[in-house]
Amino acid sequence: MNLAEGFQIVSFGLLAVMVIATALGVVLLPNIVHSAFLLAGVFLSISGIYILLNADFVAAAQILVYVGAVNVLILFAIMLVNKQEDFSQVPKRWIRQVATALVGLGLLALLTTMILITPWPLSSVSPAVVENTLVTIAEHFFSDFLLPFELASVLLLMAMVGAIIIARRDFIPEANLTDEDPSTTALTLPERPRELTGVPNSK
Amino acid sequence: MQIQLEYVLILAASLFCIGIYGLVNSRNAVRVLMSIELMLNAVNLNLIGFSNFLDPGEIKGQVFTIFVITVAAAEAAVGLAIILAIYRNRDTIDMEQFNLLKW
Repeated sequence: MNLAEGFQIVSFGLLAVMVIATALGVVLLPNIVHSAFLLAGVFLSISGIYILLNADFVAAAQILVYVGAVNVLILFAIMLVNKQEDFSQVPKRWIRQVATALVGLGLLALLTTMILITPWPLSSVSPAVVENTLVTIAEHFFSDFLLPFELASVLLLMAMVGAIIIARRDFIPEANLTDEDPSTTALTLPERPRELTGVPNSK
Repeated sequence: MQIQLEYVLILAASLFCIGIYGLVNSRNAVRVLMSIELMLNAVNLNLIGFSNFLDPGEIKGQVFTIFVITVAAAEAAVGLAIILAIYRNRDTIDMEQFNLLKW
């Protein structure tokens, strides 16, 4: 085992431990902000594993999109729904937790058995035949993956418009609310403006 | 001793199972979305692993992964907008309270 292989296997071991530890922190910690920052740790560790698997462009895209956009969006949402409440105790909740843990462990055992038994048709071609993954990905995007590429742009447009429509606030002045004409109320959201956090809700 | 395909697949399977546990057991709706992102990352890890060991010539697995990242980002945006709308109307994000469709 030369130095390069040793370095790769040690890095993979460290990154794998980081992935599992931060993922357990995301689902188990009671503080949601800690979970959100550990989620960024998950994304960064997975990006490191991508680099070890010769996927350098996807690793960069993962950091840009997931850590830079999705994680920041999740943190914004946490700040906007930051209600300091202790969730009411649901009786016998431990049954659900134990059952889910058993199902998860069973699924993991099944998948591990399947992974270790299956004779994977490993390719004998060296990964070094792709001299630039970005060029190869771009060639795929414009030849055989052209339709999914265009549909992905339509999907992003739909998601952007949809998220804006769902999350916006429409302020309806009090005078218009007594008007029951269906032609004008069809396109307005019947939502009263709420006070921002910190002011007790008098309703 | 090199990185084997089985190591990557087992790591992705464990990440997926952790995501399932978080998805079912979270009271906080934002944590549910974070668990969904964990599951999607597990799938991406699988795809990249297969692309590296089974298809190193034309890395179709990496192209698929980029599409999954795109869809996951779009879905996170819309999901968080829905959580925001629910919070405005119900003043809570406790998943136990979202039971209007319960029989």
